[in-house]
Amino acid sequence: MYSQALDERDGVADEAVNAAFEQRVAAEEKVEANDRMPAAYRKTLIRQISQHAHSEIIGMQPEGNWITRAPSLRRKAILLAKVQDEAGHGLYLYAAAETLGVSREELVDQLLAGTAKYSSIFNYPTLTWADMGAIGWLVDGAAIMNQIPLCRCSYGPYARAMMRICKEESFHQRQGFEIMVTLSRGTEAQRAMAQDALNRWWWPSLMMFGPHDSESTHSDTSMRWKIKRFSNDELRQKFVDVTVPQADFLGLAVPDPDLRYDDATGHYVFGEPDWSEFKAVLRGEGPCNAQRLAHRRRAHDDGAWVREAAQAHAAKQQAEQVA
Amino acid sequence: MKTTSGQWPLWEVFLRSRNGLHHQHVGSVHAVDAEMAVANARDVYTRRGEGVSIWVVPSAAIVASDPGEKGELFEPALDKVYRHPTFYEIPDGVANI
Ligand SMILES: [Fe+2]
Ligand SMILES: [Fe+2]
Repeated sequence: MYSQALDERDGVADEAVNAAFEQRVAAEEKVEANDRMPAAYRKTLIRQISQHAHSEIIGMQPEGNWITRAPSLRRKAILLAKVQDEAGHGLYLYAAAETLGVSREELVDQLLAGTAKYSSIFNYPTLTWADMGAIGWLVDGAAIMNQIPLCRCSYGPYARAMMRICKEESFHQRQGFEIMVTLSRGTEAQRAMAQDALNRWWWPSLMMFGPHDSESTHSDTSMRWKIKRFSNDELRQKFVDVTVPQADFLGLAVPDPDLRYDDATGHYVFGEPDWSEFKAVLRGEGPCNAQRLAHRRRAHDDGAWVREAAQAHAAKQQAEQVA
Repeated sequence: MKTTSGQWPLWEVFLRSRNGLHHQHVGSVHAVDAEMAVANARDVYTRRGEGVSIWVVPSAAIVASDPGEKGELFEPALDKVYRHPTFYEIPDGVANI
């Protein structure tokens, strides 16, 4: 975007400007790249959008793991296209973050240095082919729940990136569900594989919505700024409500002994995720945290000569044009 | 681990979704030159036939109006309601106008 110059003015605690901003946002007016905005709004967005971008990029790894072992050419082409989309999502989001005056390099360096966060879900291993089904169905399904409200985010470039992403996510979820349908109608071993994948991905998927509302630190401000539209618990409930009937359809058991449908409310009542596990994964102690970062660093370093060669080539072309 | 060195220039990407329509801004890419910018824009923004034509423009070449001057620039047009056809009252019984 064309907004590299940071707005110097927003360092100043200009109360009149902030009040006008709050009013505009409350009236559902969109904020665009060069508009004046409170420094805290800018900071919050940079953090959220870049974490989101990093998640898309790291998120390529668990599924990338199975591209060469997909059971058919059809599945392989689909999985490749899906992982390619996730790369695209990362790039849309980095571009959106850059409109806030931060450079792509800074953000990438934060990821490589291990100082940036990304979604906890991608620190779990993909052990069998059924995990490709469970990830598409559950992980992309949970991502869709989270992302659809973001299409109405007050910050224009983020909202537009999310609209593009949401259009593509539906394919991701359906291809995953299709894998689950195929396995659950297959041999005994295939059914067992599907059930095992659901057992392992169910709870981490519920954790994708973040901690309980009572524990969520940035929630109130994000709601007021219309960055967030629904609370973590509301979205988690919605996800459970739509997903449990799909598991029933597959004839698979959701691994939650407390799960039951409540006639009075029309919602499912469900058990408590293991929040100590969630916190451990966020601290970097999940099963694959180290592996994911090491892989990303290796890929980055292995690509260094390509980046340097491209730059040298462009410089040479430019010199020849001048001469 | 090497950190990133040497920023690649930023390019704004515009797509024409089909002939007959304007190009529209869709986002940006990094690339060392124009040729790579078109290739990257194709990979990032047209994976599902979203475009039949791509424009890339160095972001630094775009001059934008200052949002701080929004009032001065655009408010004068707001009180000139007579520029809209709905400003005029046409008596009943007059057709085709
Ligand atoms: Fe994605
Ligand atoms: Fe996805």
